[in-house]
Formats: sequence, structure tokens, C-alpha cells
Amino acid sequence: MKADSYDIEERFVFSDGAKRSIFTILVIGVVLFVIGIIMLATGGDSSEGGHALAFAGGEGSGSEHGHGHHYTWTDRLKVNFWINNVYFLGLSIVGVFFFAVQYAAHAGWSAGIKRIPEAFGSFLPVALVLMIGVFLWGNHTIFHWTDASLYDKESPNYDEIIAGKQAYLNLPFYLIRMLVFIGGWIAFYYTLRKQSLLEDIEGGTKRFWKMKTIATLFIIFFAVSSSVSAWDWVMSIDTHWFSTMFGWYVFASWHVAGLAAISLTLVLLKEAGYLKFLNESHFHDINKMVFGFSVFWTYIWFGQFLLIYYANIPEETIYFVERLESDFYSKFIFFNLFINFFFPFLAFMTRDSKRKATIIKIVCIAVLIGHWFDFYLMITPGTLKEHGGFGFLEIGLAMIYLAGFAYVVANALSKAPLIAKNHPMIQESLHHHY
Amino acid sequence: MDKNKHFLVGIFGDQDDLLHGVGDIRKKGVKIHEVFTPYPVHGLEHALGYQRSWTPKAAFMFGFLGTCLALIMQIGMMVIDWPMNIGGKPYLSIPDFVPVTFEFTVLLASYGMTLTFLFVRGYLPHSVPRIFDIRATDDKLVVAIDLANNASLSEEQIRSILKDLHAEEVYRRDFTDEDNKSSFIKYVVDLFTNGVTRSSRIAHHR
Repeated sequence: MKADSYDIEERFVFSDGAKRSIFTILVIGVVLFVIGIIMLATGGDSSEGGHALAFAGGEGSGSEHGHGHHYTWTDRLKVNFWINNVYFLGLSIVGVFFFAVQYAAHAGWSAGIKRIPEAFGSFLPVALVLMIGVFLWGNHTIFHWTDASLYDKESPNYDEIIAGKQAYLNLPFYLIRMLVFIGGWIAFYYTLRKQSLLEDIEGGTKRFWKMKTIATLFIIFFAVSSSVSAWDWVMSIDTHWFSTMFGWYVFASWHVAGLAAISLTLVLLKEAGYLKFLNESHFHDINKMVFGFSVFWTYIWFGQFLLIYYANIPEETIYFVERLESDFYSKFIFFNLFINFFFPFLAFMTRDSKRKATIIKIVCIAVLIGHWFDFYLMITPGTLKEHGGFGFLEIGLAMIYLAGFAYVVANALSKAPLIAKNHPMIQESLHHHY
Repeated sequence: MDKNKHFLVGIFGDQDDLLHGVGDIRKKGVKIHEVFTPYPVHGLEHALGYQRSWTPKAAFMFGFLGTCLALIMQIGMMVIDWPMNIGGKPYLSIPDFVPVTFEFTVLLASYGMTLTFLFVRGYLPHSVPRIFDIRATDDKLVVAIDLANNASLSEEQIRSILKDLHAEEVYRRDFTDEDNKSSFIKYVVDLFTNGVTRSSRIAHHR
């Protein structure tokens, strides 16, 4: 990919062709989604969880659903909404985080591409609505701790451990945290976006320094909120279980997926004839980060696994027993490790592969799919137990979310100039070469 | 056969003169032996037409070797030779072997690549580097041209090419056979009998 003569004033035009592509993804997604629902609702596909309809729980010590529980296709639907919510919210916030890190680190090479991660943040308000909506709709399915009888000493369902966590895990406080975190991210995002657009008009370094301060404050806020939100949105599904590394784990997964999404967007934009100044060095830099952070994800994943495996304490191992001992989930664990570690590690190891459009596209798409499965593995076994499935419903809903995410991001991208021409370090980025 | 080495040394004072000069010298068919600079000059490797180094491939091979050796070592010790029951785990518990395997991979990859580089470039303890001009460590950029590699051009022609490209100084430098010879055994013998150190041998060239 060679740099070409570029137009500093260029704007992204959300063309009919791009809209048609997104619409195609949406239509295929909807069709698969509807087929998936019909198959589950009629119980036609027994291999994919249809048998769940007849299930009455209460198996073994590991099950938190000690009382009888019927799993229906609506449960699976709610769980899938939650997986996609957390995943796409992550892609969105990592765009803002990446952007903030570039300011805090005074990075010059990325000045020319900063509008792309910036556009990712525009999905945050949609994500907030979806998070609250799906939570209010599906909390009893997704989060075991929302069952009021667990806290009632008279009830046979009384659970001492969960009752002990009531001060933290209760609906009002949970919703307040969700609002404060995502609301805070949105507030930081719009402040940064406003400064960034003002910089285009005013020029000078005033806005840069202001943004550096805001970005640094955001990173501090995000450090705490990303970790706590990981406990809330993902770890509290397995209510009895906890891991001190979980915040990092979710963050690592979000981060590498977000970087892959940024890299993929850059390649697609470059191939569509935008951002002509981009050369191999830019792609090398962003894909070095994809490579590095997929190793970081593996480090966190394995760090969490090894400690639990080695200590062998039943309260802790249950998380991996549910996944590795299961006929259904165990193959996903190995698939997860392969596509998120071995594949990007070997494919992105050489210098040249980080610079070639075809390889970048393959690896980034693989990483994006892989981390969707990572969230699938975090969320499904704790909610649907042995009755999770993977079929048209999952693929369809993920495609619907992807189309929505792509539409919102592309729309935001077309609203501002594609190159931040008054960024103080823009020349360093335009002539980036090594 | 003349075993002595004859070089023309061009001294440049300006980085841009050097970068353009190196390209022009090569265009005129003169083969450059080596360029010595006090600091890394960006783009010089492209101007000199250097191929990309193959040391990363060596690093990968050494890393892979490290992975295999570490696994063989641990499986040999912990599974075959002296199986131990640790926390009720199976003898062959791969997750337990991962940290050591990782460390050994990194160790062999880094040491392997460094030693490969030093060995290929001849930067071993006994090696005697040719010092063309000591000012290459200070403020001058030094271009060395091996006359034996440029038999088609006369010394005068190369001299004038260098002068035309703003070389501040051009002179001839001869290294005798004795200077070029470097033997590890001789180095060790010297070290123990005469206490001849590397630095004193370098000083000999000045």
C-alpha cells in the first residue's frame, strides 16, 4: 500500500454503495435471525438447544439454578442481545480510549487517522439505550442475582453468598453504575469530539493541550469504570464466582477487538480511495498493536486460567469446569485460543504481513470474530448452562448489530473532515515513514 | 597474490551530502565496502541498497527450538524420569509447563538472534575491526571503497568521483595481511602470554 497525493480537506461521503452493503448485511442478518427463531420456537433443531425446552434444572452442586428452570428460545435471545451489547459497546469505547491514549502519549503518527476511532465513539448513546433496554427486559434470564427470592431468608431459594453481596448487587445501584459509567464515557466522548472539531476551525495548539487534559482524565475514569463494568456486566452472571483478573480480561478482549476494527476500517477506507496519505508504516504501526494486544489478551486469559487451575479450589474452578468439561463449550475454548492467539500471533509475526491489505483484512476479521466468541464464552455458559447453542440466531443477531454499528460509525465519519488538518502533529502523520 | 587490502576512504562532513553521494557513487558503478557514521542516518540503508536482515528468521528458529527444548526438558523430568504428584494434577499437565516454556523460548530467541548477529558480522572477542578513520565516532561520515572490488575503475577516477560529490577529504588506506588476520587461538594465546588486549591491537591501526 503506497501513499498517494491526498486532499487535506477530504470528507467521507456515506455513499449509496456503502449504505447498500450495510443494508445487505442487515437483511441477511434479519433473515438468519428469523430462521433461527422459528427453528428454536418450533423445536425443530434439537441439536441446537431445542431440547432445552424440556429441561428441568437442579443438576449437581455447580448449578446456581437449583430450582426448576425452563430454558426457552426467548432466554437464548436475551442472552444473545446481551453478548452483542457488551461486545459492540466495547468496540465503541475502545475507539475513544485509543484516541485518548494518542493524546496522552503525544503520539504523532496517528494524528491523521484520529477521526476513525473518534467516529467509533458515536455508537455509545445507542449502546446506552440498548444496555438499559436489554437489562430491564432480560435481567432475570441473564443475571441470576436479580431473583428476589435469593435474598429472602424464609424462601427455599435463600442463598447466603448472594445475599452477602446484596449491598453491591441490587437493581438500583446496578442501574446507577451503568448510567454513570456509560454516561461518563459519552460525556467525555462529546467533550473530546467538540474540541476536536473546534481545532479544525481555530487551529493552534490550545485545543490540543485541552484535549490532552480531558483525555488523561478520561483514561483515569476508564481505568476504574472499565474494570467495574466488567464485573457488573459479565462477571456477575456467575454470581458465586469471582476473579480478580476479570476487569483486565474484559478490557483486553475489548481492546484488541477495537484495534482490529480500527485497522480494518482503515484498510477499507484506503481501498475505497480515502486517506490516500496512508502508507505501509501507518498500517505497520496499528497492526503491531493488534499483534501485541492479542498476546496481551492471551497473557491475561492464561494468567487467570493458570492460577485457578493450579490452586484447584472448587469455588474457582467451577468457571472452567462449566466450560471445559462441557461437550458443547469445550470446543469453543480451544477455538477461542486458536483464533485469538495462535492465528494472529503467527500470521502477524513477520514485518511484511502487517503491511499487506489482504493479510490485514483476514487477521482483523478473524480477531473480531474470535473476540465475539470470547464474549460468547464468558456469557452463555453462566446463563443458559448446558443448553446454550450456536446457530442462525447467534449469527443473525451479530450481523444485525454489525450493520447498526457500521451505519452509526459511517454516519459519524461523514459528519466531520476525514483528516484533522489543524492537529499540531499532523505533518508527522502525513509524512510518517520508517 | 596480493593479500593486502587497499581502500579509498572518503570523508563527508554533511549528512545530506553523504545520502545523495552514496546514491550517486553507486549509480556510477562504484561498489561501496561500508559506511561508518557516528549516529544512525535514516534512509542510508536504502541508499546503500541493503537487503532486509534475515536475523528475525534466526530469532524465530531459535525461539521455536527453545519451545521444543523446554517442553522436552519438562516432560522428560516431570513425566518420564521422575513423575511427581503435584496437587493431584496429571503428570503431563501442559498448562503448568507454559511459564517455563515461554521463558525459555524468549531466552533462546533473544540470545540466539544476538549471537547470530555477532557471529555473522565477526564481532567476536578475537576480532580486530578495521578502523578506517577514528573521526567516524565523532563528527565525520566515512565511506570506505574496496579497490579490489572496483577493478574496472582506476583509483584516480574513484577519487575524482568522491571529490565531485563534496567529499571533504579522500585518501588511501592500506591494511596489511597481518592486520586482517584474526584467529581466536592467537587471541587467547596473546591474552595469556603477553597480556595483549583488544584495545591495544586496535590502537595499532591508527
